Amino acid sequence: MTSIPLWSQLINLLAAVLLLLAFAMLAQRRVLTLIDLFAAQGFALACSTGIVAFATHQPHLYWSAGLTLVLKVGVLPWLLHRMIERLDVRWDVEGLINIPTTMLIGIVLVVFAFNLAFPIAQLANTVTRATLGIAMASVMLSFLMMITRRKAIPQVIGFLSMENGLFFAATSATYGMPMVVELGIALDVLVGMLILGVFFFQIREQFDSLDLKHLEKLKENE
Amino acid sequence: MLEILLVLGIPLAGALLLAAAGERAHAPMINVSVCGLTLLAAAALTVRVISEGPMLALNKLFFVDPFNVFLVALTAFVGFTTAIFSHPYMRIERAHGRVTAGRLRLYHSMFQIFNFTMLLALLTNNMGILWVALEAATLATVLLVSLYRTPESLEAAWKYFILCGVGIAQALFGTILLYFAAEKLLGAGGGALLWTELNGVKGDLEPTVLSLAFVFLLVGYGTKVGLAPLHNWLPDAHAEGPTPVSAVLSGLLLNVALYAVVRCKVLVEGSLQTSFAKELMMGFGLLSVVVAAFLLSRQKDVKRLFAYSSIEHMGIITFAFGMGGPVASFAGLLHMTVHSLTKSAIFFAVGHAVQAAGTQMMDGIRGLITVSPMIGWGLALGALAILGMPPFGVFASEFLILTTAIHDHAWATPLLLLALGVAFAAVFSKVQPMVFGETSVRRLPHPPAMTPVFVHMGLVLMLGLWIPPVLADWYRQAARLIG
Repeated sequence: MTSIPLWSQLINLLAAVLLLLAFAMLAQRRVLTLIDLFAAQGFALACSTGIVAFATHQPHLYWSAGLTLVLKVGVLPWLLHRMIERLDVRWDVEGLINIPTTMLIGIVLVVFAFNLAFPIAQLANTVTRATLGIAMASVMLSFLMMITRRKAIPQVIGFLSMENGLFFAATSATYGMPMVVELGIALDVLVGMLILGVFFFQIREQFDSLDLKHLEKLKENE
Repeated sequence: MLEILLVLGIPLAGALLLAAAGERAHAPMINVSVCGLTLLAAAALTVRVISEGPMLALNKLFFVDPFNVFLVALTAFVGFTTAIFSHPYMRIERAHGRVTAGRLRLYHSMFQIFNFTMLLALLTNNMGILWVALEAATLATVLLVSLYRTPESLEAAWKYFILCGVGIAQALFGTILLYFAAEKLLGAGGGALLWTELNGVKGDLEPTVLSLAFVFLLVGYGTKVGLAPLHNWLPDAHAEGPTPVSAVLSGLLLNVALYAVVRCKVLVEGSLQTSFAKELMMGFGLLSVVVAAFLLSRQKDVKRLFAYSSIEHMGIITFAFGMGGPVASFAGLLHMTVHSLTKSAIFFAVGHAVQAAGTQMMDGIRGLITVSPMIGWGLALGALAILGMPPFGVFASEFLILTTAIHDHAWATPLLLLALGVAFAAVFSKVQPMVFGETSVRRLPHPPAMTPVFVHMGLVLMLGLWIPPVLADWYRQAARLIG
């Protein structure tokens, strides 16, 4: 049996960390911790991108890793923290979500994602193909998080962490997208975040809370 | 090359200019002139492409062929007429106290950004940039939908952001898969996402990956097209945003999203050599037509009514492209054009009708024709046209689609006919009392902008009676491209 090179083991480890963090976010009820988990996920993503860049000598991946580090570990969590401070929703705790059930659904999703990714991973010739299933699983877990959350900020964090999963998928399947596309995506995420910030204040001003139950008036037959 | 830069540069510069000049009284005029210049640049580009054929520009980053150039021209045209309409419309909104000067600055600037992103999505050759541009278009319209800051508009904008955000994330995954398949043949780097390159090697792309990619791309971009069952955001966003925004959402953005789907379909079909992509598109299209038609009769809000009608028509077009072949694709392109013109004209008329009545509820809008005959006739003609009455252009395209369906996919015909019949009954019975009968509406404080409505209706009428040979030739070339 051939031994697996160290960097490959590291990437697998980071992939596992990524998945674990996705589960942790699914279970986390406090907003502030959620942001920290999101930043940690961004950090794991940046590290794994950096390692892939080093191992495969893809210079543009260093840029991509740097971008992830700045945006997802620095700017976005900072923006979210600031927003929470200004909105004063620090102690917002999510009520009434059945965490054990959500976790069980999450496990089913992971199995499904691995099955879905298997035929594609077989076709990939990248060294990181084994992690494609994990990438897909974390996309689906973030998706689940967006569905189960009732408050605005956790939904947005779910959305951002879905973006993380997609980035990870791009790195593990193809060593990253072309630079111009990656820059565009990063710009969209950042602008989207800023717009959401404005938006949160509008919601808050209008309803005095960020609970999305106020946003369920538009239905059919009304 | 220069034309492409102008088409993209003018709205972008216009957005900056309007952000800076913002609250001045002549800002609406700047908005109109920027859109007018964009239209001129688009016309120059169109002439160029007609005389010289498809072109690649700027390191293959931009690509113009008969398929996208007609959408560019349409987008610039409807953008221009919407800007003309928006000038008096927004003046009346201000007189009614629904917007402030600061909001209007945001509105004008975002309107231009929105135009820019749509044109970028159409002109780019890079499937990744296409994604980026469509996401940016979502972001710009989120701010436009929530312009009035009412609880309902905030809810609509939030729903729009989250649903389209999730949808477009699926499309990003599809794009990653596409790149994954292409990178093996074309090598890593920017080249592997260029549509022209992909189109060249589409026969050798890995079919398993592409079929999975297409599912994600169709679901993702399909959310933005408003295909059922992912259409939930569409009626809310249309009903709660300002009417010029509803007009461009229905008339333009849905087309651009569908354009993205069709570009992907061409690649996937070339790779798979089966009817998988066709069947998927036909299925989603048919479902949207049927679902929307049956929901139409339950609507009470006039803007929601026509939003559902947009879902129905997008379904018809998706179905037509799904069937494929020279006739159906031709009809799909024609339907894209006439739907876009008719629906924006309807929204213009509806916008003024709502202002006159002071409510969006159809029960409150009665007898438009006695108080302002122009608005009444505009709405009546628009509704007849969108329902597929001859001699309007919608009749011609729907007729072609139906006859192709009878010929190739007979099973779908009864469903289509049923849906069209139900839609007709629902819309007609609701529009008729709004136009005729005892009146309940007031006069508007400023004259309405009805010229764009009648210009659009005139064009739709012309397309029903006679399609200029240049345009027909164009459609044929584009249809051949789509397959």
